[in-house]
Amino acid sequence: MIAFHSPQTLEDASALLAAEPSARPLSGGTDLLVQMRSGRVEPAAIVDLKQIPSMRGIRAHDGGFAIGAATPCTALLDDAALCAAWPGVVEAANLIGSVQVRNRATMAGNLCNASPAADSVPALIAADARALVVGPAGEREVPIADIPAAPGKTNLAQGEFVAEIRLPAKSASGGDAYLRSIPRTEMDIAVVGAGVSLVLDSSGTCTAARVALGAVAPTALLVEEAGAALVGTGLDDAALDRMADAVRAACNPINDKRGTVEYRTAMAAILAKRATRIAQSRAGANS
Amino acid sequence: MSKIAVTATINGDEQEFLCEPGESLLDALRMRLNLTGSKEGCGSGDCGACTVMMDGRMVCSCLVLAPEAEGKRIETIEGVAEGSVLHPIQRKFLEMGGLQCGFCTPGFIVAAKALLERDPDPSETEIRYWLAGNLCRCTGYDKIIRAVQEAAAEMRQERVVS
Ligand SMILES: Cc1cc2nc3c(=O)[nH]c(=O)nc-3n(C[C@H](O)[C@H](O)[C@H](O)COP(=O)(O)OP(=O)(O)OC[C@H]3O[C@@H](n4cnc5c(N)ncnc54)[C@H](O)[C@@H]3O)c2cc1C
Ligand code: FES
Ligand code: FES
Repeated sequence: MIAFHSPQTLEDASALLAAEPSARPLSGGTDLLVQMRSGRVEPAAIVDLKQIPSMRGIRAHDGGFAIGAATPCTALLDDAALCAAWPGVVEAANLIGSVQVRNRATMAGNLCNASPAADSVPALIAADARALVVGPAGEREVPIADIPAAPGKTNLAQGEFVAEIRLPAKSASGGDAYLRSIPRTEMDIAVVGAGVSLVLDSSGTCTAARVALGAVAPTALLVEEAGAALVGTGLDDAALDRMADAVRAACNPINDKRGTVEYRTAMAAILAKRATRIAQSRAGANS
Repeated sequence: MSKIAVTATINGDEQEFLCEPGESLLDALRMRLNLTGSKEGCGSGDCGACTVMMDGRMVCSCLVLAPEAEGKRIETIEGVAEGSVLHPIQRKFLEMGGLQCGFCTPGFIVAAKALLERDPDPSETEIRYWLAGNLCRCTGYDKIIRAVQEAAAEMRQERVVS
């Protein structure tokens, strides 16, 4: 028989998770309940994080944003400042599933479920977001890319959980974007995903760039060489071609019925280019 | 471990029920409260036949644990009609053949009502995206979309008159 807990504080949540090795945090439940029903996970205890006040809602933090880990994806759309600063992140989170699913699903759950195809994760990595991890030993801030360890596995220790997703202050002339490829138009898992975040100077020269990929490796990847290929350029076609070469070189996808290695690799480069153009136009509109 | 007592406002009335900790809200509605209008098509969030409103947002009740309903406002298909008077969306589904076997219908109606309450005049594309989480194996969707459009038009008319 399973136990259901709804702690009111971060400390209580951490103690409950530390006390039972098979205990699982519950955010939106859109992965966890499906996995419990299929028998893939059999926790002895469920710790619902949604009653902890600091874990819900979005607040200003260090010039950027702190998003409570239990905030559902659709609630991100209601925050005008967040949508203006990080449209790529908000769009990525709102590609997940259906409206019914997004009204429950969270970015933290998307991250900690550790699927290589999780849609919000490349966008968060591109944005240089961090996770505030809380546990028995206190709290620490971890880059998003360091949370997933392998498909279905995270680097979180027993009793640790994500309490906040923190997005940095957006540069005045920055822009971000996320695109994914799915065989259908809705309700499908990414075959490839690409997130890009750029900063331009007043002449349109790229001064910083982060390119992240989903579904082409066991975990979402930050492709530093791809970002480096854009920095110092005016984002001309040749620069984007060099970026695309770096993206293809970083891909190490699986072959399955939803996409071959060749298809995923080729599409990763195409989506990264398209996302770069969208991020560029957003950055330009802001400068 | 003993059962959990949950108090929630269901279709406007405060109700208390006992449930297992790992039980879905859908099972609690159907088995404990006898509200069998919401259906289980998949149990995995894919089909939307179990759609209900929770604190004003539509969710798959198969992916909500019953204890999570504590203190929440839940609205199900049973609360859509007013007594014997059907909601315009329900009437248009009947008039325009928006259902065949009917298994998906409660979910579609709850979802369509949620859409028209926030946007009285959605485009066809908006309707189709909003309803992407509701599957129908019978109608081919077209008649469902037309029924929602007609209901929206009628509801806008009513708003002008009243
Ligand atoms: C029909 C359907 C369609 C879907 N489509 C997509 C899609 O298009 N793209 C996509 O990326 N995903 C998709 N998903 C998967 C899922 O909805 C997302 O991964 C979602 O973001 C998970 O968030 P959640 O809050 O529901 O997580 P939960 O189910 O609550 O948790 C997921 C995992 O993370 C752990 N966890 C939850 N919160 C925390 C936390 N704060 N700290 C540490 N661990 C935590 C849980 O214990 C569990 O192991 C879909 C799911 C369904 C049912
Ligand atoms: S039964 Fe809940 S989505 Fe299918
Ligand atoms: S009417 Fe049969 S599934 Fe929709």
